[in-house]
Amino acid sequence: MNPFRRSPFVLFAAMLVYVFLYLPIFVLVLYSFNASRTNVVFTGFISQTGSQVVMDGSNVVQSPCGAFHWYCELSKNKDVTNAAKNTLTIAVVATIISTIVGTMAALALQRYNFKLRPFSQLSLYIPIVIPEIVMGIGILTLFSQLFGWINNALNLEGASRLTLGLGTVIVSHIAFMIPFVTLVVQARLQGFDKAYEEAAMDLGANEWTTFQRVTFPMILPGVLSGALLAFTLSLDDFVITFFTNGPGSTTLPIYVYGLLRRIITPQVNALSTVWIALVFFTVLLLQWIQNREQK
Amino acid sequence: MASEFAVELRDVVKKFITPEGSEMAAVDHVTMQIRNGEFFSMLGSSGCGKTTSLRMIAGFEWPTEGDVYIEGKPMGHLPPFQRNVNTVFQSYALFQHMTVFQNVAFGLEMEGASKDEIARRVGRSLEMVQLTGMDRRRPRQLSGGQQQRVALARALVKTPDVLLLDEPLGALDLKLRKEMQLELKALQQQLGITFIYVTHDQEEALTMSDRIAVMSKGKIMQMGTSVEVYERPANRFVAEFIGESNFLEGKVKSVKGDQAVVDVPAWGEELIGIATGKVKAGDDVSVSIRPEKVRLTDKQGIKENSLEAVVTTSTYIGSDTHVYLDVRGQRFKVWEQNRISTLDPRAYYANGQKVWVTLLSENTLILPKA
Amino acid sequence: MLKRLRENKSAQGTLLISPTLIVMIGLLIIPLILTLIVSFGQRSPDGNVIYSFSLDNYIRLAGFSTDCTGGASFCFNPLYAQILWRSLALAFNTTVLVIALAYPLAYFIARAHPKRRTTFLFLVLIPLWTNFVIRVYAWMMLLRKEGVINIILGWIMGLLRIPFTPLEMLYTPGAVLVGMVYEFLPFMILPIYTSLEKIDNSLYEAAADLGANSIRTLLRVTLPLSMPGVVAGTILVFIPVMGTFIVSDILGGRQVILVGNLIQRQFLDARDPTFGSAASLILMVLTLIVTYFYTRKFGFGEEIVVA
Repeated sequence: MNPFRRSPFVLFAAMLVYVFLYLPIFVLVLYSFNASRTNVVFTGFISQTGSQVVMDGSNVVQSPCGAFHWYCELSKNKDVTNAAKNTLTIAVVATIISTIVGTMAALALQRYNFKLRPFSQLSLYIPIVIPEIVMGIGILTLFSQLFGWINNALNLEGASRLTLGLGTVIVSHIAFMIPFVTLVVQARLQGFDKAYEEAAMDLGANEWTTFQRVTFPMILPGVLSGALLAFTLSLDDFVITFFTNGPGSTTLPIYVYGLLRRIITPQVNALSTVWIALVFFTVLLLQWIQNREQK
Repeated sequence: MASEFAVELRDVVKKFITPEGSEMAAVDHVTMQIRNGEFFSMLGSSGCGKTTSLRMIAGFEWPTEGDVYIEGKPMGHLPPFQRNVNTVFQSYALFQHMTVFQNVAFGLEMEGASKDEIARRVGRSLEMVQLTGMDRRRPRQLSGGQQQRVALARALVKTPDVLLLDEPLGALDLKLRKEMQLELKALQQQLGITFIYVTHDQEEALTMSDRIAVMSKGKIMQMGTSVEVYERPANRFVAEFIGESNFLEGKVKSVKGDQAVVDVPAWGEELIGIATGKVKAGDDVSVSIRPEKVRLTDKQGIKENSLEAVVTTSTYIGSDTHVYLDVRGQRFKVWEQNRISTLDPRAYYANGQKVWVTLLSENTLILPKA
Repeated sequence: MLKRLRENKSAQGTLLISPTLIVMIGLLIIPLILTLIVSFGQRSPDGNVIYSFSLDNYIRLAGFSTDCTGGASFCFNPLYAQILWRSLALAFNTTVLVIALAYPLAYFIARAHPKRRTTFLFLVLIPLWTNFVIRVYAWMMLLRKEGVINIILGWIMGLLRIPFTPLEMLYTPGAVLVGMVYEFLPFMILPIYTSLEKIDNSLYEAAADLGANSIRTLLRVTLPLSMPGVVAGTILVFIPVMGTFIVSDILGGRQVILVGNLIQRQFLDARDPTFGSAASLILMVLTLIVTYFYTRKFGFGEEIVVA
């Protein structure tokens, strides 16, 4: 018996919170089909031809793409496609590297005793307990000072000068993702029985074969959830990227932020809707995989 | 075979650093020789060093001092995958991401055996443990007993010189455990492989072993056959750990051959018994009397020591009646076999009843304190 | 060589951790030290750093200024102290509101039928994974003068025949608070859910068996046992709120300036990295102090990694 299980208060509160969570998303998606170019008021869905009833007298759009006009515009927008490419490149590269490095660290921290262990464990908590902006400007300061020094020392000119760009963003993402990967994998390793590895070695497998054939497959779910977390953190990251990106390395969040400060067009809504849809299907896919694994 | 002994531990010490930072000897100067083809058990409660000893033979741990010899060769820091011994783990440690077949085949793959050979040997091994047809299942889909058999097959398929078993039956229920005990013993005799078996269950050790090493606090307290360790325990620890016993404190008055006379102040009586270890006149000793080796009579017996006693509690447990007595102010227990089937309460001992306890000298053991 | 490494467990561990340590030292510890050094420096006219040892930036942050109106050589201007205080207060309010909203939902999910639990959690994950910037933008659409909330309110008022002028909600402290609550709500729901889910049902039964009513069970059993989740959630909410500048930038306009905005402007618009570094260090110290006292009181749960 659980006193709160069927409490109407809890149900009501929970539903209200869900409404709070989803109302903004719903509005965002709805406005992506807005016929008004300024996107101030929702003036109705875009039609392919014919006239629109205009309530606020704003410029009404007609488009061969119909209701999906802003999505068509989006796909033609070079800045958006570039930013999307950058975002994905950064996320994929940084996720792969931080997952490998973070998993190694988790193995070290969970399995071995060494002098630097307490220091290492502590250093991994730092990015979690300090605001991202502190890390962001720290890294920015490091890069600008370091690059300035190198450029001067080597007399680099023009295009060969070291500047902020994709490389600096990727390196910075790796730095803030490693602690998360490590902590997730470490949590999974806590329940790992050493007997499995001993059994493998007992049956004739050396250390490397044991890792490949037994340890790694067994910790793989943990490593994957660490990688997934890292990937989403990278996709979502604004602050670190904001301080470490340079010309040509704009990511989607940075691009959207830039737009918001200047103009608001339903294109942003269309972009957001695409993003939300992708997230939705990714989460759905993951749930499905997870469910299948449990069976 | 190079050596008479399958496995030898020579003066082995294994020290660990405790979490508090101090050193602790889990195995403390242990020497033991395990013969080829022997079913050898290490028996003791947790922390006695039996598992650490086994792990040193397997190669999971390395001795701090001394060395382990397998087939006469010193093992030194040889890793487990270079030793021809295999282990059945307490948790079975079956690879969950592999099928039964893949689990058993793993060791053969490591040897680089051909596909055909692997299939043949895995098949034979699974047949031996009666799991034919289960090869495509996952360990999770098997019962505890079946998982135990897979673990056994996986270790035996490598045809090791020595099979190490770390409490392999600990997770099974009592009935299955008893069945598996007999099966393991039969398997060992059939294969002729040396088995080294670690257990904390004295009955299990007594049932299966050719020889038993009783261990405590990192040391061997006694090594011998089941009969030896039960009937002639070397010291009080062994008598207390294996089976049950009544203990009385005393001082040796005289020793003649393997017999000794002990003065027991608690009873104000002199007892004659068998001196199992080395004792001499004047030694403080424990006198051990097994509860099933005591006769209760209504009248005073004529032989040697006969003492009057009062029944304090009597418990009927089916095959036996456990009778707890007060013998001259000392608690004393006697197991009486219920030889006659009857409902008559007078056939069983009642609380407060007066009885006579007869102690035979061949059942009275004089043990050095250890 | 291989043999020696095989026997030296400590060397194996060091080898495995070394890439992480290099990254942590190179991109975390060195940048922090650098920030400290820069914060003692001075700004050159072209926006570069002149290395020196000057406490000017900290004195400025504390509210003292040598650049005063009326020709005074020294004056007090609590502008920056106010910004710090505002950020702290906002972080505190956000955290409290987020706990109040997250707890019932987490409780509802944890106590739902196991089959439906994944779906309910799934519904929390989607807003969480929807981009941070997009989520602020969504609130912009809601809160604007011509936004959805005003439209709905206008419609209701129209039905009730009450004259209605659209509310000015965007670019107010309230808008920033709502935005922050929305941004960080999922970070509280997940850890609380994790700790609630761990509570064995038999504990509720035991509480009921011992005569506790619903309220008492909640106060004496559920709440204490879910504290690790609340603590982890608080850390995951409080710290980022202290440092975020987008929410206040977009929903607060120039009206609501937080430490994050202050720091960001020093690095971009005002081009005074030395002052920005000092502000950033103060922000870090402030959050560390709050986190330290908070976790010392309530402990540090492993729930921190679930989000």
